[in-house]
Amino acid sequence: MSQDLILRIGAKLILPFILLFALYVQFHGDYSPGGGFQAGVIAASMVFLVAIVFGLKAAQRIAPKALVEAMVPLGVLLYAGTGIGGLLTGHNYLDYAYLAADPPIARERGILLVEIGVLITVSGTMTALFYAFVERGR
Amino acid sequence: MALLTVLAAVAIAIVRQRSLFGVVILSGIYSFVMASVMVVLDAVDVALTEAAVGAGVSIVVLLATLHLTNATETAPVHTTLLPLFVSIVTAAAVVWGALTLPPFGTADAPIHKHVAPRYLQQGVAETNVPNIVSAVLADYRSYDTLGETAVIFTAGIGVMLLLKRRRRRDNGDMPGPSV
Repeated sequence: MSQDLILRIGAKLILPFILLFALYVQFHGDYSPGGGFQAGVIAASMVFLVAIVFGLKAAQRIAPKALVEAMVPLGVLLYAGTGIGGLLTGHNYLDYAYLAADPPIARERGILLVEIGVLITVSGTMTALFYAFVERGR
Repeated sequence: MALLTVLAAVAIAIVRQRSLFGVVILSGIYSFVMASVMVVLDAVDVALTEAAVGAGVSIVVLLATLHLTNATETAPVHTTLLPLFVSIVTAAAVVWGALTLPPFGTADAPIHKHVAPRYLQQGVAETNVPNIVSAVLADYRSYDTLGETAVIFTAGIGVMLLLKRRRRRDNGDMPGPSV
């Protein structure tokens, strides 16, 4: 498929917007529909598109396999670590009160942190699964 | 109603289709219709997830799976009477259970009286997050979301281990397809 000029140029044009949309869904999730799950999947789909149009090697230059596989546990650890932070400061597990003096702002920050954790795990898992399937087929 | 009819038609088409490639494409269509249903029901967050996961990523992964397996479904070896019986009984039980539910959209249904009013009235003041879905997901119900993330983590690790182990065995000193 790498010989198809229209496909290559079209993919190149659309790639940055897919990533931008993923970041929008992630960080605007406080105000509009979206969050870590959706953003993670959209970000992973960008890597899929690169792999389908430009080949697996190009995709793994953008998202190296080692990094993607490290992201799978990293997101869960960030999420759980946010909760442990609450324990260490004398609150309940996953109580975000330690993140700021003002409770609403603290909870807003906590939501942001755990959503980033979800984003990392979901995008990492999806991409790692895709790599596993594609490499198995070779 | 029209959307639900399309949904049922696509589901029947999936069941009757023998080519797995067709099944994958049809399940993508199913997810898109389902996402439209969710938009009609004002559940935009769920619709976004359904469109991204069901119609987007899972189709690519399923196509990658087809690359590893046969592209046509083999004919069933057993009679389909028992599965049919189980399906009908389960469907009847679900319909029977749903008969006693309050009508859709009723304001005084139990689910609208428990914790939902407090989330809707206090949510923005307590969390600074105008999207109540995000607030419930990542703050009020944070434990559940941690569990969901752990599920994704576990599933991903499981699939990766499965595919990688097989591959190493292929490269080993076992010639022939007798694995």
